[in-house]
Amino acid sequence: MKGPLFSTAILLVGVYVFLAFLLPLVTAPLPASLIYLYLAITLSGAMIYQTMSAGGLEAFMGPIYRFLSGEIDGPAKSARLLLLIVFPLLVGWQTYTKLAPSDLPPAENRTIHPAPPGEFVGLANPYPANEQNIQEGKGIYAANCSPCHGPNFDGKGTAAPGFNPPPANFADPGTIAQLQESYLFWRIKKGGVGLPIEGMPWKSAMPRWEHELTDEKIWKVIIGEYDGAGQSPRTWEEEE
Amino acid sequence: MYGRPLHILRNSTFPISGVSLLKWGGLLVLLLFPILAWAQDAATQAMSVEYRDLPGIGSRNIIWIVAQQHLLLAGFVLGVPIFAWVCEIVGWKTKEQRYDKLAKEFTKLLTSAYATTALFGGILLFLLVGLYPKLMAYLTDIFFPSFIAYCLLFIAETATLYMYWYGWDAMQGNKKFLHIFLGFLLNLFAIGIMIVPNAWATFQASPVVVADGTAIERAWAAMQNPTWWPVNIHRLIANVVLGGFICGAYAGVRYLLAVTREEKEHYDWMGYVGNFIGVFGMLPLPFAGYWLMREIYQYNQQMGITLMGGFLAWLFILQAMLIGVLFLGANYYFWLGIAHRIPGSEGQYKKPIMAMLVVLLACLAVWMTPHSLVASLAEAQKMGGTHHPLLGVFGVMSAKMTVSNLMILVTFMSFIMYWRAGKVETAGWAKAAKALMGVLLAIAGIAVIVLGVWGYFVPAIIRINYFSVAQVLIVIFIMVTFTPLTALLMKSAKTTTEMVWGQMPVRAGYSLVLNAVMVILLMSLMGYARSSSRVHWHIYGVMRDTSDYAYSPALGYAAAFMSLNTFVFCLLAAFIFWVATLGDKAKNQPPAGGEEAKVPPLGSAAPAMAGGSPRQGELSS
Repeated sequence: MKGPLFSTAILLVGVYVFLAFLLPLVTAPLPASLIYLYLAITLSGAMIYQTMSAGGLEAFMGPIYRFLSGEIDGPAKSARLLLLIVFPLLVGWQTYTKLAPSDLPPAENRTIHPAPPGEFVGLANPYPANEQNIQEGKGIYAANCSPCHGPNFDGKGTAAPGFNPPPANFADPGTIAQLQESYLFWRIKKGGVGLPIEGMPWKSAMPRWEHELTDEKIWKVIIGEYDGAGQSPRTWEEEE
Repeated sequence: MYGRPLHILRNSTFPISGVSLLKWGGLLVLLLFPILAWAQDAATQAMSVEYRDLPGIGSRNIIWIVAQQHLLLAGFVLGVPIFAWVCEIVGWKTKEQRYDKLAKEFTKLLTSAYATTALFGGILLFLLVGLYPKLMAYLTDIFFPSFIAYCLLFIAETATLYMYWYGWDAMQGNKKFLHIFLGFLLNLFAIGIMIVPNAWATFQASPVVVADGTAIERAWAAMQNPTWWPVNIHRLIANVVLGGFICGAYAGVRYLLAVTREEKEHYDWMGYVGNFIGVFGMLPLPFAGYWLMREIYQYNQQMGITLMGGFLAWLFILQAMLIGVLFLGANYYFWLGIAHRIPGSEGQYKKPIMAMLVVLLACLAVWMTPHSLVASLAEAQKMGGTHHPLLGVFGVMSAKMTVSNLMILVTFMSFIMYWRAGKVETAGWAKAAKALMGVLLAIAGIAVIVLGVWGYFVPAIIRINYFSVAQVLIVIFIMVTFTPLTALLMKSAKTTTEMVWGQMPVRAGYSLVLNAVMVILLMSLMGYARSSSRVHWHIYGVMRDTSDYAYSPALGYAAAFMSLNTFVFCLLAAFIFWVATLGDKAKNQPPAGGEEAKVPPLGSAAPAMAGGSPRQGELSS
């Protein structure tokens, strides 16, 4: 049992084992959608490599043709019959599991950073990021935000384990560092209920802070957040 | 209601005098007044119609289909003259007839597609005027002077194309320069024809409205909107890519259908040139796209986020997949060329090909990893949200820019490898040059990755303005140094294995077709993204869409439409090319007795576009 087909099968199994079982030993498990995506890329690569030469194509596809066309007899015949029975059953089972009523919610493709409403676009923070405003902002943050977003701005507040999805980790370069200050102003002021449909407002427990904090305090907490998380807001002007 | 007064008039027996004439005249005016008022009402009503609909398909859908077909056809028609003209110049300079023949064949496809493009343009205009009268009245008010300019350009383009095509054979020899000048004019007018309507479309996304000034001043101000030139450049390059890959697909199909050896060789070579042009254009395309997105972000944060972070962000994952397939397809074709056109070299290049493939696949995996992952509730709970703590870093622009640059670098090296295959450098400095190239390539690769990783730790503006630009410049530096260096090396190189055209397996033809389909899908996809980024505005922030279709279609619905548009365009292209080549069939019958046609020998200079290697027969002659 050697040859390109066999090595491709081994490669796919190896990649699957790595993604599904080994990688979760050091980090969070990957969703099935990502595992299948990486497997598809691996399979494409294997097919490209194996079919480059005429001999390679024959070595890769030949056994499949011979097995399915009935050229090979003996135990292969029983395997072929088994495949012809099992394959439609697998397709049927897969279809059934996809269509059968279930109490599980569907896989979600939530948009984490949906577009803000027009009235929040282009707003600039009217307060400078000086030491006084940073400290003031951090104070407001400690009083109102840190229970969820954490004293280290990493989303690990004492209340964080109670939320799904968890509070945003501001230290992650994929969160507030990608956004302008006006975006944060909108998200803090209007909270989770202010999200558009694609942002799934029902998935966010962020309070609507406009009832608790003045605009001035919101702008200052933004200054404090960026400084505490060690990030900079997205701007179109370079800092002096 | 008008019956009675007319009856009175018909049965009038009153004597006609001056006073009575005046009286009856006044009565007539009075009686006609309701008719005039009614006509005026009808005119007012017609003027106040904002939208009309087509039952069944809907106004938006029909515009979507017709506009996309027109754009794809126009992309082909405007892209092909660029490389047809370059091919003609190469043929003129190198005195190789096959380039002239190829340029003519490209132009033949162009002339066949030109009328259909104009036809779809006309249909689109009628539909827009009929279905969106208010929008068109507004655009006409702003852009009318540019409409006149467009008409003049169209007339000039058509006249030049006729002269260019029909005068091909007549303008050979000492008149060739005149023909080449016509080709230059053809491209000049074609660029004009592209950029004027681009102004109308980009105005809708990023309007600049000036109330004062003359009509020309207002139109000119509206044309110079923030996204006009980024779109112009992006489309110009994309048109070359589309044209190249479609010509490649045409050659691929003709290659699969070829009967004679001569046909096989010609269409194998044409397929190679089409793929080369497509790849050549594809290399700078991501840079142009990046610039466009940057301008959109800077123009309006809301629009930028809608595209790249909002509900349209998933389109960019599909875009990554399509571009990935395109890169893989283009490289696969190069590698098939090494394995099949240069016999015996397959084993020699197996390891480098494997390395390049692994890098391409790893880059593709990063590019396709979304920022927010599709996950079930249980999976999201385990990950702590839809953002994976480790792989989530692949979801942001720093990672995407890095891998796209690496993929461009690998594809370029794939081409360099193909160019060098089957030859041994004889220059004394060859070893040093190759070592230098190896070192530069390694430094470039590492620098691109370091800048990509570093990009996570600097403010966005530093990454956008400096790091991303530096990555692009590094890749460009490699291209502009390696290309002349390789050309110099190849000039004195000894051919060890002759390149044989017409030996490619059938899957090479299919991969050319696949590349063309991917480009068409890609353009349909990004056309939808660009239009949808305006969300519920006809003209962003200026004229709101108040029709029944003032909502963004679901992504699945949109994807189905993109597929439909791609399918329809493929059918159209197949029909046009079939009609264009009907006359060739009689000419290309195999010679009597089944004897294979002899391949004419080629000159010694074989530019990169020609495959970088002489054909079989050249060396023996």
